[in-house]
Amino acid sequence: MIEVENLTKRYGRQTAVDGISFRVHKGEILGFLGPNGAGKTTTMRILTCYLPPTEGTARVAGFDVFEQPLEVKRRVGYTPETPPLYPDLDVGSFLDFCAKIKGVPAKDRKARISDVMEKTRVSDVRGTLIGRLSKGYRQRVGLAQAILHNPDVLILDEPTAGLDPKQIIETRELIKGLGGEHTIVLSTHILPEVSMTCGRVVIINKGRVVAEDTPENLTHRLQGAATVRLEVRGDSPDLQATLAGVSGVKSVRRAKPGVYEVDAEGGRDVRADLARAVVGRGLDLLSLQQSGMSLEEIFLHLTTTDVAAEAAVPPTAETAAPAAEVRS
Amino acid sequence: MTALRNVWALVEKEWRHYFGSPIAYVAICMWTLLFGAFYVLVINRFIVVSMRAGMSEMGGGPKLSLNDWVISGVLHNMAVVALFITPMLTMRLVAEEKRQGTIELLQTSPITSMQIISGKFLGAVALYALMIVAGLVNFALLWHYATTPPEWKPLATGVLALLLVGGCFIALGLFVSTLTRNQIVAGTLTFGLLLGLWILGWMDDPSAGALAQTLAKLGLLTHLESLMKGVIDLQDVVFYLSFITFGLFLAHQSMESQRWRA
Repeated sequence: MIEVENLTKRYGRQTAVDGISFRVHKGEILGFLGPNGAGKTTTMRILTCYLPPTEGTARVAGFDVFEQPLEVKRRVGYTPETPPLYPDLDVGSFLDFCAKIKGVPAKDRKARISDVMEKTRVSDVRGTLIGRLSKGYRQRVGLAQAILHNPDVLILDEPTAGLDPKQIIETRELIKGLGGEHTIVLSTHILPEVSMTCGRVVIINKGRVVAEDTPENLTHRLQGAATVRLEVRGDSPDLQATLAGVSGVKSVRRAKPGVYEVDAEGGRDVRADLARAVVGRGLDLLSLQQSGMSLEEIFLHLTTTDVAAEAAVPPTAETAAPAAEVRS
Repeated sequence: MTALRNVWALVEKEWRHYFGSPIAYVAICMWTLLFGAFYVLVINRFIVVSMRAGMSEMGGGPKLSLNDWVISGVLHNMAVVALFITPMLTMRLVAEEKRQGTIELLQTSPITSMQIISGKFLGAVALYALMIVAGLVNFALLWHYATTPPEWKPLATGVLALLLVGGCFIALGLFVSTLTRNQIVAGTLTFGLLLGLWILGWMDDPSAGALAQTLAKLGLLTHLESLMKGVIDLQDVVFYLSFITFGLFLAHQSMESQRWRA
């Protein structure tokens, strides 16, 4: 649905986006992750034909953003980070205006507007001036505006920024519900959001793609040496050696009496074997916990530049899904 | 068809802004007040002068024309008033969209820059036309009370002239509004430019050099003369229409180029 090829955007001498490439398939929800100033907004603005790229191409639904902007715009719904709203219009007439300029046929307009207001739960404020709405409502009106013409592609720049926790959850549910029917690209720097809503993540930093994969695979891949933490009742002196003998275990540390930290070899799940080993020694296993890197850690890992190259390991067998691709 | 619908949607939206805020009311109010004031002043002078003429000629002299004295006089003054008021109507047109970030909504919707510009221009012109119509109510009294009512044709061309000159002001103001995100800057700059273009007309002096004569032709108000007299001189109409087209063209280019410079 979206094909981005070697996209570059320079503002004067400053490079905001530096040769990024990625693809988004139909019905997919792609999370666009990166620290502030990484080039997320610029990329989205190029995809929505607001800015022309300096180099490279971007195609949305088969149309080039530079050659056929009108065709692209017809198929894309977009909410910028601060929703573009007119404070002196009421919600109803604002959406009516949007429906008109987005080419919703006159006969469907009314039904479409009330449908969208229902979906984004703004029906109760349809007569209120936008300037009087709370942040949460404004964000939702911004979203309503984006899905009004039932676009194939939705591009959402930080859709949950500035919302309260309840609204964040509601918005995520809404976005999830829109996936499948629409292809969605959403940017964020809130990580749990990505693992909760997105099927795939592109992490960018300083205008470059540093990783691209499913949230699970990213976590998995970077676990490398996953650590398993064991808590045992009734310590026995040779337990450490027993644990080290379990196949797939790289090293064992005794953190404190009865607590061991086991490093497993890359990609291996040794939890079951460890449990068996402990119980086989006649000891009670109190807890067993795998502490893989959380998405936060991965994110920090990838975006603190020096280690970015390290993350660019070639995809291992289980992560070599067609989409899996890592650049440094 | 879609182009027309898009332009119309923009016109409608601009009217919502004008009438959803005090802008339209203040503009119409000031305009009609000044229209009325000039009307009263001019008609008083007309009465005094025509009475004096009537006395000296004992009723046999040439009748003073209401068209020349009253209508044309008031319309001329209103052209100058328009020069002051139109920057108020145009300064927010694009500058405010930029400041609010709504320009992003417009430019990511399937609508061309030309449609945006045309819609905004027509929206402002429509409000200006409404102001003119509101002022014309004054002249209706002439038809009701004058023994020989004025001719309607010079009035019609006079109104056309007022509309055209206002269209030029608005086109220029719209262009200036695309240059900045600050409304005050847009308004002030527009006003300054319009004033300059008005003053250019003062160089229209037969004794002046060729350059001054040429520049004087650019004076926006100098082209009003024949239209106000009821003569449609193609040269003037073409001048105004080209000025408007050029202003809109510049506005369009400026909108487009900003995407590149952004």
